[in-house]
Amino acid sequence: MIGASFPDELTFFLAAIICVIGALGVVLTKHPVRAALSLVMTLFGVAVLFVEQQADFLAAVQVIVYAGAIVVLFLFVIMLLGVDKVEAMAKEPLIGQRIAALLVGLGVLALIGVSGWGHWYSGSMSVVGSTSLGSAGIRSLAEATFTTYLLPFEVTSILLIIVVMGAVVLVRRGGGGGPGAIDKASLSDEDLESEEAQ
Amino acid sequence: MIGLDPLFNNGVHLAEVVIVLIRVFVAFAVLMVAVMLMIWFERKVISDMQNRIGPNRAGPWGLLQSLADGIKLFFKEDLVPEKSDRFVFKLAPYLSTIPAFLIFAIVPVGGSVTIASHTFELQVADPPMGVLFLLAMSSVSVYGLMLAGWASGSKYPLVGSVRASAQMVSYEAAVSLSIAAVVLVSIVSGTHYSTLSTNGIIVSQAASVFKWNIFRTGVVPFVIFMIAITAELNRPPFDLVEAEQELVGGFHTEYSSIRFALFFLAEFMNTITMSAVAVTLFLGGPSGPGFHFLPWLWPILWFSGKTLVFLFCYVWVRAALPRLRYDQLMDLGWKWLIPISLGWLLVLGALVATPSIKDALLWSLAIVVGCGIVGLLLSRAFKVGKERARHVESLGEELVTPEIGRLDVDSLDLAGGRIMELPGFSGGPYRRGRSQGEEESSVLVKGPVGVGPLVGITASGVPASEIVEMREAENRVKKVRKKDEDKSGED
Repeated sequence: MIGASFPDELTFFLAAIICVIGALGVVLTKHPVRAALSLVMTLFGVAVLFVEQQADFLAAVQVIVYAGAIVVLFLFVIMLLGVDKVEAMAKEPLIGQRIAALLVGLGVLALIGVSGWGHWYSGSMSVVGSTSLGSAGIRSLAEATFTTYLLPFEVTSILLIIVVMGAVVLVRRGGGGGPGAIDKASLSDEDLESEEAQ
Repeated sequence: MIGLDPLFNNGVHLAEVVIVLIRVFVAFAVLMVAVMLMIWFERKVISDMQNRIGPNRAGPWGLLQSLADGIKLFFKEDLVPEKSDRFVFKLAPYLSTIPAFLIFAIVPVGGSVTIASHTFELQVADPPMGVLFLLAMSSVSVYGLMLAGWASGSKYPLVGSVRASAQMVSYEAAVSLSIAAVVLVSIVSGTHYSTLSTNGIIVSQAASVFKWNIFRTGVVPFVIFMIAITAELNRPPFDLVEAEQELVGGFHTEYSSIRFALFFLAEFMNTITMSAVAVTLFLGGPSGPGFHFLPWLWPILWFSGKTLVFLFCYVWVRAALPRLRYDQLMDLGWKWLIPISLGWLLVLGALVATPSIKDALLWSLAIVVGCGIVGLLLSRAFKVGKERARHVESLGEELVTPEIGRLDVDSLDLAGGRIMELPGFSGGPYRRGRSQGEEESSVLVKGPVGVGPLVGITASGVPASEIVEMREAENRVKKVRKKDEDKSGED
């Protein structure tokens, strides 16, 4: 490793070990909540790696968005639906998913190998160039996002809004919209049966 | 990675490492002692407000009471419930304590100090991402509460933890938006760039009192920040997470001994840390008039004094305000705080971004008008939604009646894979897997509603008028049902 000091190496290896342990935990634990926790561990490891690459903003966003919001929502759903017990893993929900996963995994591994030993491996700390001047990295990111790439950025945000609204519409479908739409769900079984009888 | 601390200007040697270690240790010790004093302070102040004496046995004025309580908790038996997830159950208290301490690490508690030709800031770390780190840690602190409730394998803690995570995730947005307003105006002198670093935010408002961000952002973000942060901390009046009347103790019901103490430690630590953060972001942090005598001391005193004011306010609010209902809490967060802070952020952005004052006023006028239109549209949408809810001839009306706090404990079956019904979820009552033999629909509110332990909506229980309303809702539901049945008979 050219240009990497001992603390850098130490941080990298610790974070990498945390990442790998977390990733293994996600795959190997049969317990959904523990798997989600392992995912958080991996996300933290990646955040540390981002800091190590002096990409502070990405590190913070990684923790805020992924660890702080998305996995919390995972856990929320797991808890609400009561699937927080060991799942039956004997039957595959998707046919051939194990083979597909194996192939994709091998492909990713090969890509990492190629980029590791390839000629463009420079050994430098970051690919784009040093952003060591404190918040300069954040500044250049902000400038790129809000000037050069403003249109893609806004389009992405519109996409997200569409997704949210679509989710709301899908959830409420079945009763003509409005809070009344969930009435069917809230009726008791005998009501539903009487409806079915019709 | 290293940040803006002048300590590292000459590279990192043994002396710097030692100084950093000392800073970490001192910050930890100070926070611990502050928590101890804060518990005493809260108990004393609140007993004064309630015409009681409060702790007065251990130490002078009862100062050592928290220490005594801590020691007692250490030696208590540590119970782990049989149905709990042991590992997660033991992990959860630490997950809520550590973020609380880490946030304090970025708070500057004083000015720069020079000891033996080493100049350093009185803060553990000053990362360039600064306030983003604060947001990251405060969003991570959800895990402690959430997992504690879930891992207990018990109903009340689960409800408490689901409430907690919903509440904290909801108010996160308002906190971020008000912090964004602060970042917007914290411009580094000599440039037109803002800074995220806490030290930079302090420096940018050090000049005079009128440079404090509370004035520069125009008070509104400050108010929103304080409300949202109180909700994030689960402190009264937003303490639905551990509403004693409804949930026994909330997420920590099953905890005992030192694990229980860790939760309390985290809660008080968070209170202190967030007060300190509010001082840093809005009230100039350690800035204030200093004197030549002991120049390093005054910033620390100013900082502590300002923080103490906030701490007193928290206790005061706890004594003065009743707890919100769950739907009120969600309304406040989503329908008021987030839109207002978003609109305010836009206006501030216009004022900051445009060079001439005339353009700025024009822009902000345009944005205000835009916000007004959006607000009108939104309120129209709310109205239409309510109308529709009234039109749909079924349980729709029941949903808007104030019995959100209702909860059927029997439906909370953790093991059976049933879907449970939780208070305040906009989805309303969920359908549950019910055994065939049961006749009563638990969607209906039966008998003397509102007196069960989970239904206590306000701190004082449910007012009689609401019980009447609930009964009316029940009757309406019955009527609708009857109509449906008649219809099916006709078919």
